Amino acid sequence: MSTPMILIDFGSTWTKVCAVDRLKPALLGTSAAPTTASSDVMAGLRAAQDLLPPLPGLADAPRRACSSAAGGLKMIAIGLVPELTAAAARMAALGAGAKLVKTFSYQLTLADIREIAALRPDIVLLTGGTDGGNTACIEHNARCLAGCQTRFPVLVAGNRNALDSCLRLLAGCEAYPCPNVMPRLDQLDTTPAQEKIRSLFLERIIRGKGLSQASSLLDSILMPTPAAVLAALVLLADGTGNQAGLGDLVAVDLGSATCDVYSIASGEPKGSQVMLKGLPEPCAKRTVEGDLGVRHNIDGILETAGLDAVTARSGLDAGQIKRLSAELARSPGKLTAGQDAARFEYALAASAIEHATLRHAGRLETVYTPQGPVMLQTGKDLTGVQTLVLSGGPLIHAADTLGLARFALCAPSQPLVLKPRKVRVLLDRSAILPAMGLLAGTDPDAALTLLKKELISVGTVQQETGA
Amino acid sequence: MNRPKKKIVLGVIGSDVHAVGNRILAYALEQAGFEVINLGVMVSQEEFIAAAIETAADAILVSSLYGHGELDCRGLRARCDEAGLDGIPLLIGGNLVVGKQAFPDVAARFKAMGFDRVYPPGTAPETAIAALHDILRMESPDDEYPHDPD
Repeated sequence: MSTPMILIDFGSTWTKVCAVDRLKPALLGTSAAPTTASSDVMAGLRAAQDLLPPLPGLADAPRRACSSAAGGLKMIAIGLVPELTAAAARMAALGAGAKLVKTFSYQLTLADIREIAALRPDIVLLTGGTDGGNTACIEHNARCLAGCQTRFPVLVAGNRNALDSCLRLLAGCEAYPCPNVMPRLDQLDTTPAQEKIRSLFLERIIRGKGLSQASSLLDSILMPTPAAVLAALVLLADGTGNQAGLGDLVAVDLGSATCDVYSIASGEPKGSQVMLKGLPEPCAKRTVEGDLGVRHNIDGILETAGLDAVTARSGLDAGQIKRLSAELARSPGKLTAGQDAARFEYALAASAIEHATLRHAGRLETVYTPQGPVMLQTGKDLTGVQTLVLSGGPLIHAADTLGLARFALCAPSQPLVLKPRKVRVLLDRSAILPAMGLLAGTDPDAALTLLKKELISVGTVQQETGA
Repeated sequence: MNRPKKKIVLGVIGSDVHAVGNRILAYALEQAGFEVINLGVMVSQEEFIAAAIETAADAILVSSLYGHGELDCRGLRARCDEAGLDGIPLLIGGNLVVGKQAFPDVAARFKAMGFDRVYPPGTAPETAIAALHDILRMESPDDEYPHDPD
């Protein structure tokens, strides 16, 4: 007997459907159709489902979905010191799968409040102060948010000594208490806030977006898409009680507007000679580079990587690059044709991967002390990671995936960057990561089996040895 | 009644890796009833300040053992003022300078830099604890516990 399940990812442009048999377990088919968020996402879903191969029991199969349609889960994070609670709030929001539109530190100003109102966030995460620490800043910010013209839920996850006063200040708003994201200076506690973000996303935000009239369809939406991807990657790394995972891994999801990087690894310093500095980072970490996308953010890539790098990687001259980027910016939906365009796309993808992973990974710094040199590490040490998962259209369709994967590794010119050194590259060719993250909730073993089967190993890449 | 503990940010400033004294001091302060936010060794001025802001610390206690303390501490008071930590007590102790210098001169220089208390090498933790009680106007530890009504 077949036990199919439909796993859906309502993306901003595509609705992707994945049918699985949970018992076998097997991938029965995948399909995609344009998302119809402006009318009712049901239409796009039907269109996508019609493209699936005809299978018995599919019509009334249970459905689970994730969504980044209609802007995804738009969040604003507020903290006190940029490197401390504001960074913790940022990590909490990104780890919950949010599209973080802005992070604020210190006391909000009138201009900040106007900006927050204009950004129309789905949730504001308000933090500041360790437990027993500073209360003045978070209280000031709560008062400011209470006076904001736009209404949005506020999650108060700062100093517990200021929790009651903040909730009182926010009495006229929808405010929710939550444990501090940074209870102590050396401790992050982002999970409770992330669970609350997810439940708010389910209870309020999905319905508020007017995605569909079909209530049962909305009930099937369980999380924002990036949270589903993170869940799949955690499962793939850690395994289940019955099946071993692949161990530490790094994943790059390159899209037309952003480049997401995930790492599932503790990233602790290697060797007793290295000291860890700065904020502790979560084992399952997600960063999003909003300025590195191969369609909508070509200028961002050119600015970050520099024209010289893109010229060298594509073999094109500055004039050709200018012409091609204008062309792609005009019609982002168009597939590129011609050799020049393909080379340009390769250089863009390579540069986006290089810099997104650079920002995600930790780094070492040598400090010379009277007792000799000492190595300081900030962020996560990913040098020992042996698996790299690549996902996203530009990588799935790339001609030279392994060539691009090399840019996620440490470059010989940057020996102090803690990116991986040698990895086996797995390609998410059928774009099943979100679907498997959804399946992981009920059938982790089936999801892990399918991940291991469907992520195609395209080879191994190794850090170039410096010439 | 159990009053909230006074919070002390503790650390060894600059490129100084002397960890042992730092651990002893942290332990002694905790035993004396303080909440210690110990930043460990190789702590920059910025880290001291960020930690003090976020935790609303009552005082910053700086150690320096390797003779570069004067360079490392320059401008700390000004940065504290700038960061809104106006008037936060700053205490320092250790081998603050190189060479044989008379300690009163050294203390005078560090006080001119904005430190409230300056201690020579070999100072016992009790001295710093007593100074903190004095600066933070704490009552003696015995008074912190409720008296038996009988």
